[in-house]
Amino acid sequence: MAKEMMYGEAIATAIIEEMQRDPNVIFYGQNMGMTERDPMLKMFGKDRIRITPISETAEMGMAIGAAMTGLRPIVELWMSEFMLVAFDQVINEAPRFRYMSGGRVKIPVVFKAGYGFAAGWAGQHSNCLYHLVMGTPGLKVALPSTPADAKGLMKAAIRDDNPVIFLQHFLLTLEKGEVPEGDEVIPFGVADVKRSGTDLTIVATGWMVQKSLAAAERLAKEGISAEVIDPRTLAPLDVGTIVESVKKTGRLVLVDQAPRHASAAITIAGEVAEHALQYLKSPVRLVTAADTSVPFSEPLENYVLPNEDKIIDAAKSVLAKRAAMA
Amino acid sequence: MKPSEQLGKERLIWMWTQMVRIREFEERVKRTFVEHPGVIRGHTHLGDGAEASIVGSLATRNSHDPVMPSYRCHGYPIVLGTATRNMMAELYGRRDGICGGFGGSMHLADPDHDFPGATGIIGAGIAHAAGVALTAQVKKTGQVVYSFFGDGASKQGAFHESLNIAAVWKLPVVFILENNEYQAYTHVSLEDANDAAGDPLSKKAQAYSIPGVTVDGTDPLAVYDEVKKASERARAGQGPSLIESKFYRLSAHGNAITVPPVPTQFPKHEAVEVYGRKAEFESAKANDPIPKFRSKLIAAAVMTDADANGIEEKVRAEMEEAVRFGLASPQPAPEDALKYVYA
Repeated sequence: MAKEMMYGEAIATAIIEEMQRDPNVIFYGQNMGMTERDPMLKMFGKDRIRITPISETAEMGMAIGAAMTGLRPIVELWMSEFMLVAFDQVINEAPRFRYMSGGRVKIPVVFKAGYGFAAGWAGQHSNCLYHLVMGTPGLKVALPSTPADAKGLMKAAIRDDNPVIFLQHFLLTLEKGEVPEGDEVIPFGVADVKRSGTDLTIVATGWMVQKSLAAAERLAKEGISAEVIDPRTLAPLDVGTIVESVKKTGRLVLVDQAPRHASAAITIAGEVAEHALQYLKSPVRLVTAADTSVPFSEPLENYVLPNEDKIIDAAKSVLAKRAAMA
Repeated sequence: MKPSEQLGKERLIWMWTQMVRIREFEERVKRTFVEHPGVIRGHTHLGDGAEASIVGSLATRNSHDPVMPSYRCHGYPIVLGTATRNMMAELYGRRDGICGGFGGSMHLADPDHDFPGATGIIGAGIAHAAGVALTAQVKKTGQVVYSFFGDGASKQGAFHESLNIAAVWKLPVVFILENNEYQAYTHVSLEDANDAAGDPLSKKAQAYSIPGVTVDGTDPLAVYDEVKKASERARAGQGPSLIESKFYRLSAHGNAITVPPVPTQFPKHEAVEVYGRKAEFESAKANDPIPKFRSKLIAAAVMTDADANGIEEKVRAEMEEAVRFGLASPQPAPEDALKYVYA
């Protein structure tokens, strides 16, 4: 059975279902559960739903301590940039304890945050910071692009025995989609082929999946068959599915809302270079944000970010380069 | 009557014995740098001088009360019951180390003995301790968490954020600020607003409307009395307290930072090496908590000089064995380095 749901609602549903399933799951953050009328507070009580001061170090640090000793905290950070205030806890505390203890402790914690708010939030609240966390061994990074993935990945994040950075795209919050009811858990490290195709492979995450699917639709009208793959988690990264697709299509466009340098797109390009270079019929193309901060004014913001047209241009260019590589 | 006055003979002797064990362990760590150069890598920090404070605090625990330390973390698990030979093996990076050689001196963890894990980043562990207390509160375990950190850590955001939220949520935690006068190499008067104004560091508790006291950290019974009060308050659901325990670190901050193959050893204490305060250091040594408590217990006829000698001899043998065991323990298998990244 499936039910139509919005992306934000799907995430909340996952949290509620997991909190019903496991009394060790707690959920806290700033500006939540403020009054007795709060529905989750009514459901789970003041011990498990808590409001915190603006204290990211304590919020995430406490979650680590609580996770060490048997709880499964979800911390609502609201915006991924707020993690930066306490990045020690994200990068140098949460993922270190299992390893430094020789496997004697585990840190099942979820740091939940929105990202990519390309709607005039300017330099400090619109970023895609996953490149900062995906390269830290011990962390997992999930970034769903659909309501169904959002619910299934949040469930997996809560059940995972490792620290998970769960990134939800602000601009997908109201997106509707069919969401399976009940216990559909989407395993980490399994990419999803969002659209099958034969002429080229497009890999994208988050909001860019939607843009890539729209671009693929337009390309189809011109007789070009694009396959669109969403890795769904960047750590672990399902290199196999991407490589298999490249073996089939021989052409690759990597779409990333983050600036180009040291992006997820660059990382995937590196994997493809090692594992599938001989299958490429033309050079890989990257469609990323420009290497700038995110500007405030709309035309400036549009200029630096990837969009459908840029994806289509890149797709056509990898197809045009057939002769060049051969 | 003070709570410490109710401590029986056996318990008092246990306390002194634990102090001697911590000291002897640290002495053997320090000697390893001289006797077996290269065996201990990286940076090691000793707790000599802190023994009365550590043991006076931990003697107030109920069994299974968790303990969260700073990176200067050898003393606590010794008292909690972790085998010293496996601790020494960890400091030597060996397979039989309590963390298999993955953590080393700054990152000891022994969850089986209520010691969930130490962090090497100053202050960060205070937030973790508050989180362990959150577990105790949510699961209603009745535990009180003992959070230890230095005077330097009390200037970190983690300290202030954690005290604030622990006070708001009435978390069952006792914050024990070990003021050993030196934050790494910097004297407390140069970096602490309270100290600079001539106030005790326990004044910081006032900002969070929780009890704050300063205690002589070289007297285990004085420490016991204050920590006992704070732990009872926490266990009764009344929230955290801040205890400033004042003592003097008797060794340098850590072994000298050298680049291999230059051998590393413990330098002289910063008071002497950096500030030229020889008299200050000598007077701290004259106030060593271990002989002080020894004399006190003998004077009170809790034990005899012969009892004390016997204990010292046994402890020396224990730590001799710890060193022998550590040196004999095999190196970890290199390919094991890929284990434990994920649970």
